[in-house]
Amino acid sequence: MNVIEVQGLHKSYADTKAVDGIDLTIAHGEIFALLGPNGAGKTTTVEILEGFRKADSGSISVLGFDPSSRGVQSRVWRNRIGIVLQSTADAGDLTVVETLSHFAKYYSAARDVDEVIASVGLDEKRSALIRTLSGGQRRRLDVGLGIIGSPELLFLDEPTTGFDPEARRAFWSLIESLRKGGTTILLTTHYLDEAEALADRVAVIARGKILEVSTPAQLGGRASAKARVQWKAGGVIQEEMTDNPTEVVRKLAAQFPGEVPELQVLRPSLEDIYLSMIGEK
Amino acid sequence: MSAQKSLPTTIALGVARGGLEIRQFMRQRESVVFTLAFPIILLAIFGSVFKTTLAEGVTFSQYFVAGMIASGLVNTGFQQLAIIIPMEREFGSLKRLRGTPMHVASYFIGKSILVFVSMALQVLLLLAAGMIFFGVQLPTDPYKWFTFTWLIVLGSAASTALGIAFAAVPKSGRGASAVVSPVVIVLQFFSGVFFVFTDLPGWMQQVAAIFPLKWMTQGMRSVFLPDSFAIREVAGTWETERTLIILLIWLIAGIFLAIRTFKWSRD
Repeated sequence: MNVIEVQGLHKSYADTKAVDGIDLTIAHGEIFALLGPNGAGKTTTVEILEGFRKADSGSISVLGFDPSSRGVQSRVWRNRIGIVLQSTADAGDLTVVETLSHFAKYYSAARDVDEVIASVGLDEKRSALIRTLSGGQRRRLDVGLGIIGSPELLFLDEPTTGFDPEARRAFWSLIESLRKGGTTILLTTHYLDEAEALADRVAVIARGKILEVSTPAQLGGRASAKARVQWKAGGVIQEEMTDNPTEVVRKLAAQFPGEVPELQVLRPSLEDIYLSMIGEK
Repeated sequence: MSAQKSLPTTIALGVARGGLEIRQFMRQRESVVFTLAFPIILLAIFGSVFKTTLAEGVTFSQYFVAGMIASGLVNTGFQQLAIIIPMEREFGSLKRLRGTPMHVASYFIGKSILVFVSMALQVLLLLAAGMIFFGVQLPTDPYKWFTFTWLIVLGSAASTALGIAFAAVPKSGRGASAVVSPVVIVLQFFSGVFFVFTDLPGWMQQVAAIFPLKWMTQGMRSVFLPDSFAIREVAGTWETERTLIILLIWLIAGIFLAIRTFKWSRD
């Protein structure tokens, strides 16, 4: 069963086309990443799916519901989703545990508050006022508020911006545990390593259009792309593009008496593929 | 749909929000000082400057306390909300709430509870300080306490609704205070809070009569001043029924506008 189904999505502001005909299908239990430069239409797309904005045209179904509908059904629908916005900076005169306990009251089947605090790694800060938290800790509280209602579908908009590498790893394992619990996740991120580590599939979006949808390993023909073998000979860097890098290395090993100088076998990283797709390279 | 059944009611969440709002309010020292101590400070200043007696048994402090309670309704409701809500909008707190199953009415109920509780505290402190330090006398007639009660309830409700409605006007959270405060201060001068209303120029009185603060102030005078003073009002009576009707109209208009203009986020 598909959790999100979008066809022919369009949205313009004044004279700019923010979203220019997007189709998207996200299956139950999938972690799906939207990649794209700033202004590509990522946030607009996500905010339409979250019900914050109205599309100009297109058919949209999120958990079988049109997000732009209002009324009681909309509350029932919101009870099944969790949203982590790009940035929230409340005045922060409440503690972590007060905030989470309060938000837990909004949902019909909220998760245990202590369990959520533990899973976002804020045990030591549970009684701290929000305004005393660091940026990364606030972000983890945002995520905690996003998952407090045990959502079937979780929206994460650039969740780890401003995290140090350790906090990012901790966050990734939190997402892994949500995946095991069957939560479907739509993630937008600037970090390609994050998309690669977490996402089952990624979509690259630029100028309001989806360029490709694929697994991180196969995006842009990455899996079948030629490898580049590099070495140094006669003081100059040599290179060869090949489908059989092992063969090339074997040949080189026979050519040189000892170590092949500065030998490297390079495959395009997700970042290389991504940058070439959006035309930055 | 079992999920639908077990969603909490709008009223229950409104009460929960009210508790949360009060807790937040109490932790913001500036807002507590401004709301609870400022009226007492003003009473002290005006009580010391104007030693005049306006009529038999009516000191300026007695006259002024009625005005201070009435403008307390405008400060705790209208002014506070019209400043805080644009900030909550700018910070993204409102957008986050919008993403939850909570109904907007729960948010409104929470704000009303905050306004009512901070108003009750303010009135208690102001009256206590007025009695102890400035010889303010409380009414003994139960009918006057009845009037007092509905003025506070209806006044804070109208002020809350109008504050939520006016919160749509400031463009940014930081600029809200600059937009809202002048409106309130001008209204206070026009409505006879700082001066005896009948001493004001006629055009000022007529402008003030459009807005609720003039009626709240006049209503509070009917509570705190002897009935013999009524003859010195513009109409020669307290106009209690008219006050009730005008405040009700403002309440209904406020609720209507609040629902129509409320915005969760800036764009």
